[in-house]
Amino acid sequence: MNPTDRAEHAVDHAAAAARFVADDARAHWHDQALWWVRKKRDVASSAVPDWELLRDAAAGIKAHTLSRLAAYLEQFEQQATSRGAQVHFARDAAEHNAIVHRILSERGITKLVKSKSMLTEECHLNPYLEARGVTVTDTDLGERIVQLRHEPPSHIVLPAIHLKKEEIGELFHAELGTEKGASDPKYLTEAARGHLRQRFLEAGAGLTGVNFAVAETGGVVVCTNEGNADMGTTLPPVHIACMGVEKLIPRWQDLAVFTRLLARSATGQPVTTYTTHFHGPRPGGELHIVVVDNGRSRQLADPTFRRSLSCIRCGACMNTCPVFRRSGGYSYGWIVPGPIGSILAPGRDAAAHRSLPFASSLCGSCTDVCPVRIDLHHEILAWRQEIVRRGLLPWPKRAAMKVLAVVLRFTWLYRLAGWLVRRVVPLLPRGLVYGRFNGWGKQRELPPMPRESFRDAYRRHRART
Amino acid sequence: MPTVGLFIPCYVEQLYPQVGLATLRLLERHGCRVEYPEQQTCCGQPMTNSGCNDEAKPLADKFLRLFAGYEYVVAPSGSCVSQVRNHYQQFLDGRPGFEHLRRSTYELCEFLVDVLKLPRIEGSFPRKVGLHQSCHALRELRLGSGSERKVAPFNKVQLLLSELQGIQLVELARQDECCGFGGTFAVNEEAVSCMMGKDRIADHERAGAEVVTGVDMSCLMHLDGLIRRERRPLRVMHVAEVLAEAEGLS
Repeated sequence: MNPTDRAEHAVDHAAAAARFVADDARAHWHDQALWWVRKKRDVASSAVPDWELLRDAAAGIKAHTLSRLAAYLEQFEQQATSRGAQVHFARDAAEHNAIVHRILSERGITKLVKSKSMLTEECHLNPYLEARGVTVTDTDLGERIVQLRHEPPSHIVLPAIHLKKEEIGELFHAELGTEKGASDPKYLTEAARGHLRQRFLEAGAGLTGVNFAVAETGGVVVCTNEGNADMGTTLPPVHIACMGVEKLIPRWQDLAVFTRLLARSATGQPVTTYTTHFHGPRPGGELHIVVVDNGRSRQLADPTFRRSLSCIRCGACMNTCPVFRRSGGYSYGWIVPGPIGSILAPGRDAAAHRSLPFASSLCGSCTDVCPVRIDLHHEILAWRQEIVRRGLLPWPKRAAMKVLAVVLRFTWLYRLAGWLVRRVVPLLPRGLVYGRFNGWGKQRELPPMPRESFRDAYRRHRART
Repeated sequence: MPTVGLFIPCYVEQLYPQVGLATLRLLERHGCRVEYPEQQTCCGQPMTNSGCNDEAKPLADKFLRLFAGYEYVVAPSGSCVSQVRNHYQQFLDGRPGFEHLRRSTYELCEFLVDVLKLPRIEGSFPRKVGLHQSCHALRELRLGSGSERKVAPFNKVQLLLSELQGIQLVELARQDECCGFGGTFAVNEEAVSCMMGKDRIADHERAGAEVVTGVDMSCLMHLDGLIRRERRPLRVMHVAEVLAEAEGLS
């Protein structure tokens, strides 16, 4: 999981996916649960006139903002500061974690409630703070579930989508003292609510992520469905909002484009239940905004992978991805899984995540659902080239491609090879053809081996006509 | 009379000669002068899709040399055409003849609908047919609108098939989900690939299809491999075979 893991701890997506697929019933259940979300997205996006124009607008606004990011960051800092917020800049995860810890320790705060923030997952904030004596409680229900299981989220919007309600019932029985065997979602949610209420009341600070930061107004916007971000920023006196630099948008009116796209793309809702705008601290309170780079400006400098910085973390590419639905979030071994994760993860450590760009059939569905028009499957393909360029493609695959390329360059050699395969394979015993080396043939028959090629057939056709 | 250079994907040339023949006969029936440049091998898609651009480039050069002289280039494949149209630029940008080649290379159904502007194919195919939407044809060549995008619905392959007499196009639960072939993905990610394929087959079976058709034989080769292993009562046919059979050309 750690982004600094080296190649020897490289993620093997295919192997992890095979383990997920081995539990056929569960893999199908996972596939269908996410497909249901994808269908909700289809319905919700159909209800908006000019959905495709909205996507164009969002892509344009993001491209514009990224092209002038430094200027907008300065404007944001100025505006936010003039509204009484304190803006902190962090170069990387370590600085981010240190800033958050300093804010807490300077105020003697030992209890923190958090709403959903993929950035703090990326920075591994929870273990950092826990090691320094801070009790961290994730208050989003799905996040709390995976926190209690000591697991990372398996999906950026639906963190516990890999779990069934019965498993959550068992977990809550052990951790929260719910009745044994109880799995009614309403009952379990009520139990979590009661448990979290206490944490909200005890907390000295509330931490949230940021969905959008508006340069013009210096405000940050947080979109949630459970109201936990609002509880966590209303009860304790200190609010810490953590954001990546790419969360900026220029103007308040630009926000409407994104709020219309975000929830519809993410869950098929017209809008998130709570869309909270924070413009400065509330009276008597403090608002700290931690703006984090952590590799983002390096990505911005790369013309090939720049567009993926526009990501608004809706998760639509995961819900539509036929591979993600059948391999689960953990198979990607990175905090952001799925198609977008397969681009972001190798950007951090190409050696460790070299298998991710190959965990795609390049079907392109992700590109077509993306609300900000990231050319996801093209960037995935571009990563494959980058992995080859850096010499990270496993040698058997590299060698196979080299041999194939030589065969295909010389027509006579190609014909000879084709002829040999078509004539020899049918003569071999089945046990040999379908031996262990045959990855195709484990579950599939080989294609029929015709005696003549199309060229032979074409010549006969021409002889007749 | 349009002159067509027939571009037959390597694995079709070696393994599915009947698909090449059906394409040839269809084009000739509809008034094209067709030539098959016999020196062709492969467009290089397996290399490009594996990131091995150095290996793909000589194949792009070879392709340009063999096909630059034709008025049109037509192939019974969406993904190989997408390779020429969308991925050759990195190898051939600015080379004489490349822009013409890029603009005049078509997938078969696209060519019949957009260039020959056939109002319909006269013929009958009285079977229950499931149309598999091959991803690159759908999302890279835009042969159809696709379920993701909110645009006026259209589908050029379905348009041709739906006009055949007696054909029943079945309605799938997931109208355009990937079959899981994906080139080397089929072997690299064998478990997911096969699960995807089996799910597609189950969808076609539930919808009552007898024949699964599509524009890419590679998807169908993968599905057929699974169908035959599990002895399922489905049959795959390339769309060229369906159209040629309907027109009495086979």
